[in-house]
Amino acid sequence: MRTMVLWCPDWSVTAGLLELADEQGDSPVTVAAPAVVLANNKVVVCNTAARSEGVRRGQRRRDAQARCPEVVLLSANPARDARWFEPVLSAVEEVRPGVAPLRPGMLAVPAPGRYFARAGLSGEEAAAAVLAEHLVGAGVWDCRFGSADDLYTAERAARLATAQACTVVPVGGSALFLRGLPVTVLADDGPEGAELADLLRRLGLVLLGDFAALSGASVSNRFGSYGMDVWRRVHGEEVSRLASRTPPPELACEISFEPPLESAEAVTFSVRTTAERFIAGLADRQLVATGVRVEAEFEDIGHGGGVSARTWLHPRCFTSRDLVDRVHWQLQAGMATSGLRSRKTTGERIDAPVTLVRFLPDTVEPAGDHADGLWGGGADDQVVRGVARVQAVVGYDAVRVPVRQGGRSAADRQTLVPWGERPVGLRPVDRPWPGQIPGPAPSRVFAEGREAEVVDEAGVAVAITARGVVTGAPWRFRVGQRWQPVGSWAGPWPVDESWWLGAGAGGRSARFQVVGVDGRAWLLRWTSPGSWAAEAAYD
Amino acid sequence: MPEPADPRAVLDQLRGRIQALQGGPTRMLVPTLPMFEPLVQLRTGGVYAVDSSSLGMGLAAGASRSGEWVGFAGWDDFGVEAAHQWGIDLSRTVLVPAPGEHWLEVTAALVDVLKVVVLRPPGPVDAKSASIIDARLRARSGVLVVQGEWPRCELRLTAEQTTWSGIGDGRGRLRERQVAMVARGSGGAPRRAVVVL
Repeated sequence: MRTMVLWCPDWSVTAGLLELADEQGDSPVTVAAPAVVLANNKVVVCNTAARSEGVRRGQRRRDAQARCPEVVLLSANPARDARWFEPVLSAVEEVRPGVAPLRPGMLAVPAPGRYFARAGLSGEEAAAAVLAEHLVGAGVWDCRFGSADDLYTAERAARLATAQACTVVPVGGSALFLRGLPVTVLADDGPEGAELADLLRRLGLVLLGDFAALSGASVSNRFGSYGMDVWRRVHGEEVSRLASRTPPPELACEISFEPPLESAEAVTFSVRTTAERFIAGLADRQLVATGVRVEAEFEDIGHGGGVSARTWLHPRCFTSRDLVDRVHWQLQAGMATSGLRSRKTTGERIDAPVTLVRFLPDTVEPAGDHADGLWGGGADDQVVRGVARVQAVVGYDAVRVPVRQGGRSAADRQTLVPWGERPVGLRPVDRPWPGQIPGPAPSRVFAEGREAEVVDEAGVAVAITARGVVTGAPWRFRVGQRWQPVGSWAGPWPVDESWWLGAGAGGRSARFQVVGVDGRAWLLRWTSPGSWAAEAAYD
Repeated sequence: MPEPADPRAVLDQLRGRIQALQGGPTRMLVPTLPMFEPLVQLRTGGVYAVDSSSLGMGLAAGASRSGEWVGFAGWDDFGVEAAHQWGIDLSRTVLVPAPGEHWLEVTAALVDVLKVVVLRPPGPVDAKSASIIDARLRARSGVLVVQGEWPRCELRLTAEQTTWSGIGDGRGRLRERQVAMVARGSGGAPRRAVVVL
């Protein structure tokens, strides 16, 4: 089975322009205009019109605008590219079924086995012409075709074709065709390819044919697995046929509701079997999920439908029961009509009925790694169930697991992770953290500093000079309303941090341990220019 | 000898006698840190009142060190590092920082499954709510440590005097605290001891 690849060059630009034209409603004017797609103020993709003005990939935005002032600037948006490629896929599908999208702007179809040849045209060229005609009718003007025995060669061939034309690599001629190409074509394969192309060029190997002349053993030694792949391709040994590809196992599961369901509870009840099917599907392949993306689609009522999507991580692995809980929490957070209250609303509030719930495996791991020990193990099931009951009462993120992390202030040195989630992005504990207070840790750490005041014997507020010296010995202090004399005190531990974040974010501060005459000890913090707060208490 | 003037104490004493006659559930020992030995030995089904956060952590630490699950409810200012220094296993700790109005349900659900629950009630606790929790505790063989007031508790630990060492006038740092504690039970003489917290 031969493969035909359809390539739309500079697809991100085309997609961006199509969207722009769609928004503005003047399609003939803008689609041919010079345009670039920018990411981080650098040109990522530019179209032919822009290229002819001297705009190149990798240029800064300013340079591109200097060369071509009327250039249309588009932001990089992979979702937009994929969205606008969808009509192209369906247009091709109308003519030739079995479409495999490779990436936005490129798709593969099995080339027609028998097709009538016209005068001067081979069967495949004629087939490509029919597809091209169909696509131009659908509004995609720049489409190029290549057909060959295998996918990789067909892709290369498509890149050599002119607009709406087809490059046909004869049967068995893949290796010969690839050997004639310059090594720079590898740069299209991504950073790995660009690196290899650069290396080969510096080694004096201009054509892929020169590369093919090297011995397989030396290529394997010197250029790694990617180099070996290329070498095998130019020898015609790597035959990745489209039709011979086994599709990846479909692990995602979904359930749609007709009519749409209004309450989170009803949805939760209905997704149970789907969750079980999802877990069973993974289990059939000896897998368990430790991260699952739950997507819920909402009905379009007036102001447009919506999708609530969230990736949930599990400290161990998901069971169907856990999944059902996650669906409940996610909908609870989003739905206004929910009977149960929640403390945190994530994302926009969606008050439309749910039409579909989908589970997508995000991280899967071998089931053997997560199996229970023979005598039980892991989290105590009873505790897990009990905590689930608490979560049902106060919301899922009201139950926390305390976790230590590194930091200078008492509040920085800890974090509370919602029960059932994995802590991510923790600061390491085992670093020195200069400026932290040594000794026994305070048993009460306030999330927000409490109002406090410290004065010296003359009744003047105590402050710290720029050199970290106390202006007067603390004599009396208050946390809250009640003043009391200072029994003993220690400090200051000066810290100068986060000043780079701008005004109000940080700056000079100093910490004190202050013990009142009643024996209670506090961790007080002075912040420049002169405010005191109680950060923690040694209660 | 309990004070005969307090009718509640008399009632408690009578209840205790009735329970002993009925052969109530055996009250198992819950691991307690050795430093609290002269003051208190936790037993399942009991409610213990304390007056400081450190003491609450300290009472939970014994059970946590021996592999039990512990929970803290109503602690919106939980000092994680202090808990770690007490030897509490944080991976077997459940924290409900702000149960709010649902504190009773939350506590009841937690004492169902955890060995020691340390509760900081949001306000005064009425006898009815307390009796609900008491019944749960007896059925589930857990321990409740309350930081604050509780209508009928087995033992109340109070700090009488706190002395910090290692800190002076602008010198040193907090190193150690010696607390003179007194444990008052519903029967028997108060026990006193000095512990290092």
